[in-house]
Amino acid sequence: MSVVTLTINDELVSAQEGETLLAVLHERGIDMPTLCHLEGLSERGGCRLCMVELEGSSRLQAACVTQVQEDMIVHTHSERLVKYRKMILELLFAERNHICAVCVMNGNCELQWEAAKIGMDHVRYEYLNPDLAMDASHERYVLDHNRCILCTRCVRVCDEIEGAHVWDVMGRGANSRVIIDLNQAWGTSQSCTSCGKCVQVCPTGALFDKGATVAEMEKQHNFLRWILDGREKNVWSYGK
Amino acid sequence: MNRADLETMAQREVQRQQTFRCRILCCASTPCLSSGGSAVHDAIKDAIKEGGFDADFQAVATGCMGPCSRGPMITVQTSGGEDVIYEHVTPEASRQIVAHHAAASPAPVEYILPGDIPFFAKQKKVVLANSGFIDPERLEDYVARGGYTALGYALREMTPETVCREIIDSGLRGRGGAGYPTGLKWDMVRKARGDRKYVVANGDEGDPGAYMDRTLMESDPHRLLEGMAIAGYAVGADQGFLYVRGEYPIAAKRLERAIRAAERRGLLGSRVLDSNFNFRVDVRIGAGAFVCGEETALMASIMGMRGQPVPRPPYPAQSGLWEKPTLINNVETLGSIAPIIQHGAAWFAEIGTAKSKGTKIFALAGKVDTTGLIEVPMGITLREIVYDIGGGIPDGLDFKAAQTGGPSGGCIPAAHLDTPMDYESLRALGSIMGSGGLIIMDERSCMVDVAKFFMEFCMDESCGKCVPCRVGTVQMHHLLERITTGSATAQDLETLQDLCVMVKETSLCGLGQSAPNPVLSTIHYFLEEYMAHIRDHQCLAGVCTLDQAPITELALV
Repeated sequence: MSVVTLTINDELVSAQEGETLLAVLHERGIDMPTLCHLEGLSERGGCRLCMVELEGSSRLQAACVTQVQEDMIVHTHSERLVKYRKMILELLFAERNHICAVCVMNGNCELQWEAAKIGMDHVRYEYLNPDLAMDASHERYVLDHNRCILCTRCVRVCDEIEGAHVWDVMGRGANSRVIIDLNQAWGTSQSCTSCGKCVQVCPTGALFDKGATVAEMEKQHNFLRWILDGREKNVWSYGK
Repeated sequence: MNRADLETMAQREVQRQQTFRCRILCCASTPCLSSGGSAVHDAIKDAIKEGGFDADFQAVATGCMGPCSRGPMITVQTSGGEDVIYEHVTPEASRQIVAHHAAASPAPVEYILPGDIPFFAKQKKVVLANSGFIDPERLEDYVARGGYTALGYALREMTPETVCREIIDSGLRGRGGAGYPTGLKWDMVRKARGDRKYVVANGDEGDPGAYMDRTLMESDPHRLLEGMAIAGYAVGADQGFLYVRGEYPIAAKRLERAIRAAERRGLLGSRVLDSNFNFRVDVRIGAGAFVCGEETALMASIMGMRGQPVPRPPYPAQSGLWEKPTLINNVETLGSIAPIIQHGAAWFAEIGTAKSKGTKIFALAGKVDTTGLIEVPMGITLREIVYDIGGGIPDGLDFKAAQTGGPSGGCIPAAHLDTPMDYESLRALGSIMGSGGLIIMDERSCMVDVAKFFMEFCMDESCGKCVPCRVGTVQMHHLLERITTGSATAQDLETLQDLCVMVKETSLCGLGQSAPNPVLSTIHYFLEEYMAHIRDHQCLAGVCTLDQAPITELALV
C-alpha cells in the first residue's frame, strides 16, 4: 500500500493510502471530537463533530468519512469549526433530556466530555424536552430514550459484530427513535442475545446496566478491538 | 421490431387518426381529473355515441395541456382546421362542444380559450411537446409523433461515445436543481469500470407546489423510457430503475403500462429494436420521504434499505446501486434526451442562454391569473413569466416575490423581476433553479411566514441522520415561530442567522445544506419585515398573529 503526504494544520504528515483522515488525526494525537465514530464499527458521518476544512474545497468534510489524499491541506481547529462544534453540541443537549447531575453516566459520558473539552458552558437554544419513555423490560439492561443522541452505535455493533441486528431506527427527523426488533419491549425480544455490546458502546446514558445509579455506569470499548483482532488476525489476547 | 417496423407503425397510426374528422383531446392529468376531467371525458364519449358520430369523432384522454387552473381542459382538433381549446369544461358544455363540431349548434364561445394568448405564445415545448396531444397509455400515439426514432438512430448510427459527446455538446444540465452538466455525468459513468451499471430516473419530486415530473410521467411516459434506454446504451447499462414517488399512483400505473407495451414491441427488454442492446426498466415506488429525492438516499431506498443519505464521495457515478457505477438523472433531464438525439445538439444549444441551454418546465403557482405547467426557454425573464404567461397578479395587487426551488430555494423580490431565469442568475440572487417550483406571492404574503412554512417542511422531512439538520431545523422553526407570534427578541434573529449558516455548512446531504436557504434569502431581501415583527410587533402583510411578547419584556410588566 502506498503512502501519501498531506498537510494538517501547517504540518507535513504522512499517511497510508486508504486511511481515513480521522484515523490520521488520532494517530497524530490531534484531539478531534467524535460521537458517532467508534473504532471497529462502520463509519456513519452523522454527528458532524469531526468536520474539517480542506483547502480547495468549498464544503466542510467529516474527517471520519474522508480518505486521505496526496497534497491534501487540512485545518482542524479554525475558529469557524470550533464554533460549529460548540453549536452542534448545544443542539444535542437541547434535543432531549441531558441533565448530567441525575444521569447514570455522569462523569463517564462522551457527550459530557466533549462539551467540557470544548468549553460549552451554556445552551443558547430552547430545550425541546420531548416526552420520552424508558424501557426497563430487559432483565439486565435499560434503554432510556431521553439520553439517546441517535449515534446508532448500538445499531451498528449489534448488526456488524454480534450479528443479531436487534436494533434499528424508526421515524425520521427529531422523531427518530432507536427500536428493538419490530418496535417492541426489549424484554420480549427473541433476537436479542443479551450480550450487552450495545450497552458498552453507547456514548451516553441511553443504555445502561439495570441497577446502576447516578454516576455509577462506566463503559468499556476495548472488547471491540479484541473481537476484531481475533476474527481478522486470529490473535486472541484479551487485556493487552 | 426494427426501425422499418417502427416507421410502419407510425404511418398506420397517423392514417388512422386522419380518418377522424374531429379528435377531442381531454386532459386526464391529475389537476384536470381533480376538477372533474373524467366526467367530461365520459360525457364526450356518450355524446359521440348518442349522436352516432363514432366513425368521424374520437375522444382521447391525453396528458397535461398547461393552464391547470382553467381545467378541465379539452382541445378539439379538426381535419383541416385549427385546434380549438376549451377551458372550465363541464359535462353539459362538452355535449354542446360535440354538437357544435358536428355542425349542429353555435360554438360555446364562453368556454373557448384563444390559442394565441401569451400563456401559449411565450412557451416553447420541447420536453412537453407531446403532452396534451397523445394518449399516454397508447404506444402507437407516441410512435406516431416520432417516438423511439431517436433510440433507433442512436443504436444504429451512433456509438456510446458519440451519444455522450452529443449530450455534452447540447449543453444540457441536470434539471433536478443543481445543474450539473448531464453529458459529463454520462461520460463519467461510461468510463467507470464495472461489470454491471445502472440507470436511475429520479421521479421523487417532493417540493411543495411542484409537479413537473409528475406531469411528464403521466403525460408522456414513453418519452422518459426512450431517454432512459438511450442513457443505458450510452453508459453501458442494461438495467434501469424508475423511482416514482408514492404519492403519484397515476404516474406509476401509466409507466408500468408503458414499460409492458414497449417490452412487448421489442422497444425495451432483450435485443432492443433488433440490436445487441438489452435494457430492462423496473418501477420502484417511494414510501413518502422527501429525502429520497436526494440521490444517495434514493439509491438506498431502491436497494430496500432505510431511505437515508450517505456521505459523498464516492459519487454514484463511481459506486452507486450495489456499489456499481450508476447514472442518476432527473425525469425532466431524461425527457430532453430524445429531442436532442432527434434534432441534434446544435439545435438544442440554440435555445436558452450561453450557459443554460434548452427549456425548463416550471410549475407556476400562487398569486397569478393562470397557474399551471409551463415550459419556457432558459433565460426568459421572471417578468415575462409572471405578467405575460401567468397573466399578472389578480385583484390589482402588486407582485411581492417569487419563490423558486421550493424548500431548498429562495425568494426573488420585485426589484429583480427582470432577471433571466437561468442557473447562474438565480444562484447570484441567492436562490436556485431547483426542480422547477415557482410560487408567485403578492403583498398579502408575509415573508417570515413563508420562511416558516418551508422550515416546517424541512423539519418534518429531515431524515434524522445528522445532528445539524435533525435538531437545527427544529430550532430554526422554533425561532421563526417566535418571530411570527411576537415573542422574539433581536438576539433571536442573530441566533437564527448563525444557526442557518452552521446548518448550511455542516449538514450531511443536500436537504440540510439547503434547508436554511428560504430563511437566509428572505432575511436578505425582506429584513425590514423581520424587524417589523420583532421591533414593532407588526406583520406588514397582516398574516401573523403576534399575540405574544418576549419573556424578557413580560418580566418587566
